[in-house]
Amino acid sequence: MARKFLPKVITSNHLLEGDVIYFSTDGEWVRNISQAAVFLDPETAHRKLDEADLQRNIHVGAYLADALLDDEGKPKPVHFRERFRTLGPSNYFHGKQAGN
Amino acid sequence: MYKYNDFDHAFVRTRVAEFRDQVDRRLSGSLTEEEFKPLRLKNGLYLQLHAYMLRVAVPYGTLNSRQMRQLAMIAEKWDKGYGHFTTRQNIQYNWPKLKDVPDILDALADVSMHAIQTSGNCIRNVTADHFAGAARDEIEDARITAELLRQWSTDHPEFQYLPRKFKIAVTGSPNDRAVTRAHDIGLRAIKDSEGSAGYEVLIGGGLGRTPMIGKVVRGFLPKEDLLPYIEAILRVYNLSGRRDNKYKARIKILVHETGIEELRAEIEKEFLTRKAEFPGINPELLQAIEQDFAAPIFNKLSVDNHVARVAHDKEFREWVKNNVARHKIPEYAIVTVSLKPVGGTPGDATAEQMRVMADLAETYTHDELRVSHEQNIVLPHVPKAYLPKVYDELKKAGLATPNLGLLSDIIACPGMDYCSLATARSIPIAQDIAKRFDHLQLERDIGALKIKISGCINACGHHHVGHIGILGLDKAGVENYQITLGGNATEDAHIGSRVGPGFSAEELVPALERLLKSYLQLRESPEETFYKCYNRLGMDPFKEALYPHLKPKQIKRDRA
Repeated sequence: MARKFLPKVITSNHLLEGDVIYFSTDGEWVRNISQAAVFLDPETAHRKLDEADLQRNIHVGAYLADALLDDEGKPKPVHFRERFRTLGPSNYFHGKQAGN
Repeated sequence: MYKYNDFDHAFVRTRVAEFRDQVDRRLSGSLTEEEFKPLRLKNGLYLQLHAYMLRVAVPYGTLNSRQMRQLAMIAEKWDKGYGHFTTRQNIQYNWPKLKDVPDILDALADVSMHAIQTSGNCIRNVTADHFAGAARDEIEDARITAELLRQWSTDHPEFQYLPRKFKIAVTGSPNDRAVTRAHDIGLRAIKDSEGSAGYEVLIGGGLGRTPMIGKVVRGFLPKEDLLPYIEAILRVYNLSGRRDNKYKARIKILVHETGIEELRAEIEKEFLTRKAEFPGINPELLQAIEQDFAAPIFNKLSVDNHVARVAHDKEFREWVKNNVARHKIPEYAIVTVSLKPVGGTPGDATAEQMRVMADLAETYTHDELRVSHEQNIVLPHVPKAYLPKVYDELKKAGLATPNLGLLSDIIACPGMDYCSLATARSIPIAQDIAKRFDHLQLERDIGALKIKISGCINACGHHHVGHIGILGLDKAGVENYQITLGGNATEDAHIGSRVGPGFSAEELVPALERLLKSYLQLRESPEETFYKCYNRLGMDPFKEALYPHLKPKQIKRDRA
């Protein structure tokens, strides 16, 4: 049986800073997953990934990541790896959780 | 200490300038990421989970105080005020910005350091016994061989694109503190029956997804044959190593698939060719290296104040017992500075701590520091007369945890807190274990124990050779930890055996608590270490402790 398609966000790392970034509905790269565009079908997700991939002088290694929508309809990570990417490391208050 | 000559300085500066240009071209869009990635990796720059990571080579773990201070400066100026010392005796910075990396590399070049060959399918930073030059049991200083290999392997044109990365470790002592049996090539200094110096040469050791213990390819290699013989090994590997499958490309697979006898014959044949072409090591060059690593002038100071402090200060006594090793000169000692405070990140030091260690090295210990593969810092030549002062300064800086070789002296890779390859986190596991057993106050009672944690099967945390090895995996979207028992990283190296099904992060520490409390019950005496006890009794009683609710057959099935 085909696996049910989960909503997707496009994520990557910023070329200059290496920080985790997300592709927004405006076609911009943003730092917070809550502002990421969510794709509900595979065709759109892959088409948008190709579009995002063209901006290779901004980011490195874009890919589709599973997401769930919270009560406000904003995306949240599904896998623990993606959750860590929205926060930063667990041993120091560094990275996104510290606002940088 | 190694010394750059004019050629070395010019070479490293040229590489920095080249990389600066490459970064500019990447930022301007002249280079694509596909073109740029191999270039940045050639300079030790990875892109990890949250940021870039720069891996800086510390040649066989040897540093002087000036270099350590420069590492501190880099941590403060371009990173977040700390550095992470690794199982490869290197240092990694977890937060550099791409545009700053050329400046960081220039700052490294200022103190004769670089990040070349810390990534890619080349000969990586040669590692060595962190007690080299100081150990009482040593036949010779392993750094002389390691430096010769460093000079030979740096930018060696034939070996820049090997089938896979290649790691060489050297020990000058029979007690192997450099894990030589888990390296692509392990060199052990020995003497033949006539007293001539040479090496036992091992090949095909390695951890990762296919752990293997190195096999002896040459029982005795005369010293003068070292380079042509190593070249012969590398050439055979370069030509015959598998390039069709990344996971089968290390020399250990070639040894395994070809067989050591056949491979030895190929290497010996190639060696004869190489030796005939080899003009011999330039004696002046070798002499210069030997002079660079000449022992310092040891001052035999009175040890009375040290003895008095040991007698009346329990904490100091505990630290001396655990963190201070015997030096070849009776009036001296080898101090290992623990980078494993309870609840801390194994291997991390702040810039301030780096400066404290640099100051101590400069003032009291002949200006030498070492990074150990166990992620601690060694002060190799400390007069016993200065031990109380060194201890007091370390304690003020939070660097006097008396836990060397004990439960909380854990090796842990960066894991999924930083590494993009990781399948689970390692650091919080190490922290939780240390905190729990500190709370239980059992560490001292448990005694000698090596716990090693890796956050994926690449095994940077050496879990296969831990007395207790922990491997973090992703099990259906949840972090899961497998336990192996009975590994050994010494001259009697041994790959640990997996016990049974993995544990969740929450289950893991209670499981280890059951395991180690069981050991305390099972041991014949406090002198019987966990490792010895495991070897006497085998896995079964420990398996029962880990899985009290599972029947033996069920454990076996779940393990499959």
